[in-house]
Amino acid sequence: MAANQSRSVAVSLRQVCRYFGDVRAVDRVDLDIYDGEFFSLLGPSGSGKTTCLRLIAGFEQSTSGSILLHGQEVAGVPPYDRDVNTVFQDYALFPHMSVGENVAYGLMIRKVPKDERNRRVREMLDLVRLSGMENRRPTQLSGGQRQRVALARALVNQPRVLLLDEPLGALDLKLRQQMQVELKAIQQQVGITFIFVTHDQEEALTMSDRLAVFNHGRIEQIGTPAEVYERPTTEFVAGFVGTSNLLKGDTATRLMGSAQTVAIRPEKIRIYAPGEIIDTGMVQANGTIKEIIYLGMHNKYLVSLDNGDELTVVQQNLDALSAVNSIGRGHAVQLAWARASAHPLNPAGGSK
Amino acid sequence: MRSNLETPRSPLALKLAAGCSLLFLHVPLCIIILYAFTTEEAAFTFPPPGLTTQWFSQLANRGDFWESLWLSIAVATTATLVAMILGTLLSLALYRSNFFGRDAISLLVILPIALPGIVTGIALRSAISLTGAQFTFWTIVIGHATFCIVTVYNNVIARLRRTAHSQVEASMDLGASTWQTFRYIILPNIATALLAGGMLAFALSFDEVIVTTFTAGQQRTLPIWIFDQLTRPRDRPVTNVAAVFVIAVTFIPILLSYRLTASTRE
Repeated sequence: MAANQSRSVAVSLRQVCRYFGDVRAVDRVDLDIYDGEFFSLLGPSGSGKTTCLRLIAGFEQSTSGSILLHGQEVAGVPPYDRDVNTVFQDYALFPHMSVGENVAYGLMIRKVPKDERNRRVREMLDLVRLSGMENRRPTQLSGGQRQRVALARALVNQPRVLLLDEPLGALDLKLRQQMQVELKAIQQQVGITFIFVTHDQEEALTMSDRLAVFNHGRIEQIGTPAEVYERPTTEFVAGFVGTSNLLKGDTATRLMGSAQTVAIRPEKIRIYAPGEIIDTGMVQANGTIKEIIYLGMHNKYLVSLDNGDELTVVQQNLDALSAVNSIGRGHAVQLAWARASAHPLNPAGGSK
Repeated sequence: MRSNLETPRSPLALKLAAGCSLLFLHVPLCIIILYAFTTEEAAFTFPPPGLTTQWFSQLANRGDFWESLWLSIAVATTATLVAMILGTLLSLALYRSNFFGRDAISLLVILPIALPGIVTGIALRSAISLTGAQFTFWTIVIGHATFCIVTVYNNVIARLRRTAHSQVEASMDLGASTWQTFRYIILPNIATALLAGGMLAFALSFDEVIVTTFTAGQQRTLPIWIFDQLTRPRDRPVTNVAAVFVIAVTFIPILLSYRLTASTRE
């Protein structure tokens, strides 16, 4: 799961910047992506993740810094001379060609003999479960099928790195979840480095070996999904990847013994009835239930602390009756969490 | 007024008006076609006393007619080819870029078709005279190409704007050079628009009179031949037959170009 340092580096960005006029789309980005990794670039729209991908593909040229593909500097190398292929957000299928011709395009350009071309196209269509669809037109396919054609068209060239620009964005939720699983399985099967751009934190957590969280053109944190979720380093990451309660200033001092801001995930906090005896190793706080939101699998509680701060707590609905009946709105409760669950954030809080 | 508009008579009146406009536009054409078959030589009466196809064979024997017809076809074909190449290059240059003065350039491209032909004609004549060149087949082609480029440019740039640019990126991403991307992706995408623009250009060039009179030397294109025929009243039916040819040669490409871009206008 964790990045293996002995693996060779597939893509390396060193102090890469891309400015559009005054806008710093990508700002001093440092990044190493290892061979065979499923790496996600996660961030809100306009955070620079797509520009970063386009810099690697060669559709954009960096303002400064260097980009290495398998150790080779690629500044000034046009897209057609880079050993990477892209799956576009709008799929960019060629409407005047059949599915087979679309997938064969890269091989045709590389003058691969026709027999081999046909064989590889068939293999690829089998891989993405579109066997027998060679002669269809892209317009005759559903969104999910077009997505698979785009994937096959990129993979058939056996690139060392595959770039995916929000490829699942246009699909509906069920299909998207299904494709997440499939995409991950395909990646493990072909063993190619996948660089995956998404704004969906759940998607990034589900699929990636590692991910980089982007904000305002800068990388806020790089790590495995568990590292990023459990130990966010900045306020932005704590809020963008999942939800977090932030304890600041006086509240932090009173509860944690230090003024440094800490983040704590809602599911790490336990709710106890007043007077219930709590393990002394736990951090404790008193509050009042302000709101209960029933979410089926779990309940979300908004709890006001005595000093007015508000914490979000999520508890699994293990027992429907007790969960709903035992505590209600306006009830006083005790909150407690393990000291280690509250994670200190960098005071800088990333670049703003 | 409002109540008038709401009565059922108004649409009928509109229909009549539309019908009249159509008649107004097309009755003269019908008359030309009809009198290409009349048995009268000079003075036309309605209805024609009889119908004949003798003028067709008479026209077929006129060497000067054939000369002019071929000249017109050659000029229109050459001007169209020049326009297709230059118009495509212009639209490729302008559709993606966004620089200061882009709109001005785009206006300059379209200007020749908006400019009165007489201005284009006299400007070209002065310019060509300045270079000391003779007025030949090629000067006519140059004159026609000025406005033919516009129709090609307009058609192609409209199609390019509707073509997703990611297709071009995808092609480059899959290893295709700029030329290969043009050949395999852009050209098939713009093909019908290019052809439609070319056909309109051909039709425009084929019946052009004004610019041609300024840029031609001794050559007579078909429209100029017809124009000269007006001074020979006894040749009137033969001239009508020639006009029918012009209608046919220009109508067919216009119809085809309309069909080709039908999907664009949906």
